[in-house]
Amino acid sequence: MKYAYYPGCTAEASGAAYDATSRMVAKELGIELQEIPDWNCCGATEYFSIDHLPAYALVARNLALVDADETPQVIAPCSACYINLKKVDENMLKHKDLRADVNEALAEGGLSYTPGTVRARHFLDIVCNEVGCEAVREKSVHSMDSLILIPYYGCYIGRPEQNFDDTENPQSLDRLLSGLGAHVPDYSLKSSCCGGHMPQIGMEIALGILRRLLDLAAKLNGDAIVVPCPMCQLNLDAYQSYVNSRFGTDFHIPIVYFTQILGLAMGMDPSTLHFGENVVSVEPMLEKLKAAQPIEKPKKKRDKKALPMPLPLSQDKEQL
Amino acid sequence: MTEINKEPKIIGFLCNWCSYAGADGAGMARRKYPPNIKIIRVPCSGRVSPELVMRTFMQGADGVMVLGCHIGDCHYSDGNHRTAKRFPVFHRFMDYMGIDRGRLRIQWVSASEGLLFAEVVTEFTESLRNLPPMRGQLKSLQRHTIAEEIQG
Amino acid sequence: MKIGVYTCHCGSNIAAKVDCEHVAEWASDLEGVEISRDYSFMCSSLGQELIQEDIQKLGLDRVVVASCSPHMHEPTFRGACQRAGMNPYLCEMSNIREHASWVHEDRGEATDKAKALIAASVSRVRYHEPLFPKQAPVNDATLVVGGGVAGIQAALEIANAGYRVYLVEREPSVGGHMAQLDKTFPTLDCSACILTPKMFEAGNHENITLLTYSEVEKVSGYIGNFTAKIRVRARSIDEVLCTGCGLCEEKCPVRIVDDVFEAGLGRRKAVYRPFPQAVPKYPVIDREHCTYFLKGKCRLCEKVCPTQAIDYEQQDRVLEVEVGNIIVATGYDAFDARRIPQYGYGRYPNVFSALEFERMTNAAGPTTGKVLLRDGVSVPKSVAIIHCVGSRDVRYREHCSRVCCMYSLKFAHLVLEKLPGADVYNFYIDIRTPGKDYEEFYHRLLEEGTKFIRGRAASVSDATLGEEEEGKLIVTGEDTLIGEQRRVPVDMVVLSTGLEPRHDSHNVARTFSISCSREGFFKEKHPKLDPIATMTDGVFIAGCAQGPRDIPDTVAQGSAAAARVLSIIGKGQVEIEAAIAEVNALTCVGCQMCIGSCPYNAIDFLEDRMVAEVNEALCKGCGTCVAACLSKSITLHHFTDEQLVAQMMGAMDTLFALEPVPMEA
Repeated sequence: MKYAYYPGCTAEASGAAYDATSRMVAKELGIELQEIPDWNCCGATEYFSIDHLPAYALVARNLALVDADETPQVIAPCSACYINLKKVDENMLKHKDLRADVNEALAEGGLSYTPGTVRARHFLDIVCNEVGCEAVREKSVHSMDSLILIPYYGCYIGRPEQNFDDTENPQSLDRLLSGLGAHVPDYSLKSSCCGGHMPQIGMEIALGILRRLLDLAAKLNGDAIVVPCPMCQLNLDAYQSYVNSRFGTDFHIPIVYFTQILGLAMGMDPSTLHFGENVVSVEPMLEKLKAAQPIEKPKKKRDKKALPMPLPLSQDKEQL
Repeated sequence: MTEINKEPKIIGFLCNWCSYAGADGAGMARRKYPPNIKIIRVPCSGRVSPELVMRTFMQGADGVMVLGCHIGDCHYSDGNHRTAKRFPVFHRFMDYMGIDRGRLRIQWVSASEGLLFAEVVTEFTESLRNLPPMRGQLKSLQRHTIAEEIQG
Repeated sequence: MKIGVYTCHCGSNIAAKVDCEHVAEWASDLEGVEISRDYSFMCSSLGQELIQEDIQKLGLDRVVVASCSPHMHEPTFRGACQRAGMNPYLCEMSNIREHASWVHEDRGEATDKAKALIAASVSRVRYHEPLFPKQAPVNDATLVVGGGVAGIQAALEIANAGYRVYLVEREPSVGGHMAQLDKTFPTLDCSACILTPKMFEAGNHENITLLTYSEVEKVSGYIGNFTAKIRVRARSIDEVLCTGCGLCEEKCPVRIVDDVFEAGLGRRKAVYRPFPQAVPKYPVIDREHCTYFLKGKCRLCEKVCPTQAIDYEQQDRVLEVEVGNIIVATGYDAFDARRIPQYGYGRYPNVFSALEFERMTNAAGPTTGKVLLRDGVSVPKSVAIIHCVGSRDVRYREHCSRVCCMYSLKFAHLVLEKLPGADVYNFYIDIRTPGKDYEEFYHRLLEEGTKFIRGRAASVSDATLGEEEEGKLIVTGEDTLIGEQRRVPVDMVVLSTGLEPRHDSHNVARTFSISCSREGFFKEKHPKLDPIATMTDGVFIAGCAQGPRDIPDTVAQGSAAAARVLSIIGKGQVEIEAAIAEVNALTCVGCQMCIGSCPYNAIDFLEDRMVAEVNEALCKGCGTCVAACLSKSITLHHFTDEQLVAQMMGAMDTLFALEPVPMEA
């Protein structure tokens, strides 16, 4: 399995841990990553609302730099990068004028991009659907059965619709983590927004959003919130103490990348997995993992008085 | 230089129960499409014989549409199965005759698919604008001999 | 040959885009045209008289009417010609409304198209031949498919008129969705109380053969003379011996969730009647869950049955019935709310579907009418009712389900009645109350203190904040009247799920040779003027199978379908399509290609003469054989090669004639 790799600019700053552990995990899973030479920032969300054409050209430049014959698929670990690469490719395919304009801009640098030739994939998609949860489980040496892990996808990964997972109730991370033995509760805010760049715009609103996410995770006794997006990680981790001082709460929930959890499961030394870069300490989680006390799953008592409950659609045999 | 066919002439053979009703539906919903198609009602797309289509081309039609019910929905239970089998063979015959395959369109349009009807007709009309007028081709067709066919 | 051409303005429907006067004048020069007129409304009695007069005074022998779709008015103009003594098949229509004026913007283009279509018809009509439809007797029995209130109503109307009805129902009892309901809006009368007498009557009527636990597998034939194959599934109960005492059901050790009648909120046994008032009174053994059928042991019901009515060996029966007409009233499916994950149905226990809530408020239901949370004990203090779940939403169903607003209001009333002081919130997009006394009911609810929040609810979640919200569900949504986000913590959420076509509606449509609309409900012959009939003569539709509607409309449609059937029975005869195929025995080479192509096995091979022959009674006139015939020996009357080629050539010649002459270079 060989893919082009687009680290995205967080890889060189706040998301360095994600980039590093993604590369480590990919190697272990037999995924060859070919970093795009001389890649540039995807423009995140803002640039698209400021100036349309340069925003498209910025992203298209990265697609143009991919050797589509050798690696027709590009992996982005960051959800925002992923969605931008996908969006630009799809819209260039759909709109002739946009295609012409973007290619005119790219031509200045001696580049051109034919839409449809490079397919953007999220790293989580590759791990779950190309490698497969079962294959990942087989590679794992440490069970996560002593941990309650909260799967938090963020708002980008399942959007727009017809993505690799359901928009409102995605399952891939749930399946991946439970495959590793972890106890994975149904975290109903899993695809809600983390606030994005809201802390820079309106701190009060951002903290409200983050509080809600942390509160539910704490209620579910989560040992960590597991994320596939550097923006989500940064917001929940860096502003957790702000939430505590603003609302008088006492959250200490480590926010880790799913690649870090995969690294632990596959037996990598925790000291190599960049946990030191976290703001909220990951130590309690790591110690729990070391102690290896499996969490007892609550036994379901059948209450005679209780009314029957419809099965979730994913478990309803007739629907499958 | 290829001649541009500004207004291709299209004859549509539409089955009475699905596609003709679908075209009526497009009318009732005021879905606009180019006026190039002239519709002829047949009971079933299975009634449309290859000879009839050929005759239509020979008369100078730039395009022919044969529209019927979706497979499984045929008013005559499976009359359209014959259509589905007949026209792929006819396409090969068109190659033989030197008529572009793109001039014949087989499509399933149900009575409720007025929008689809309008879209298909629009798209088909546009696609025919890229082909030279059929009438001009008729003469060269006569010269298109079996010998040429064999020589490729 | 004397052809009359009549161009209709249809008010401004045609005249706005087609220059009718000019077209009429232009058509008068076409070959064989004796008279060409235009008139504002050809279908009016004056318009028809115009044609009749011309036929008689000018001796016309062909008529072309250029107006709307022949699906609309072909019978009208054929009738006019017939009244003037002309064979109706000598009349042809040009569709210059649906196929020209309504679909083209440019007046010049539309006018030219109308000319081409009229020229095509004029060219075609010259080759028309007089045809004489044969008469066939009508079987006076009727097949009614679906035993909900629409089917019951239709069956009773026909049976009361003295004719045989076969009423077929898939479930073990008739009653349909209406039997599940507790109260009906806006009068709040008890659904069971008003339905049960009708169910009983249908089950005991001397003219109704009730076939429950049965499905129609195949239908053949044509109006007046259908044959239907019905599979009567084995009940495993001998109906002659069974007294309906219910002892078997009481003793059966198997308890499973009842997804059909109890909508998943209650349980039933493996041998069961869906509900106490079931008609017929006999239970069925559900072989998928019965221990004896699964493991070969138990037979407890057999032991307790006082009349030895349990019959494990019973087999499915396949009946063949002959009927003249068919009414399809197969109802709807409720939208599966699990398809909208953000509303949490199937995820949070205290989110209920509308049908679950109906069963909950029903005194005969799983909670004996008490409004309770999923634990079966706690009483909610606050309830949010979310409207338009699956309806009016392009991601799921674009249509409005018509009944949800009203039943949501009813739910709100029932909660307040059963739990005085409870907080009830309705999250709605619009309140739609189109019915007698419906708006008045809404006003009553406004006064009763239900809180209305205008805005589609965005989500239901368990992400509570603070102690007082503990254990509650949070409903969020924008209140568009005050322009603010609302966040409403409640104990219980009821999802007002929409009405969908039956999951197998396409298969059912195929069985009866009818078609489905875009969303999957059965398609009517005309949306306004013929909502009961279908494109297949003798097959009628009623109730929610045609589209979402409430009980009064459903009942009215059931009666209407019965009236249509009775009018055909009363006439006693139907005309058999005259446009059928005929083999020319002189040129037929006996290759038998036609025989394989005929969908109806209507072509026989005469061994002695080595030629094919069409059976007139079986031929439906599709013409597939014509296209298959290698020796061009088959003619489909009214769609002959000459007629179609003439029509095509008429159009093509006009198109070339109208083309602007290219400028010389």
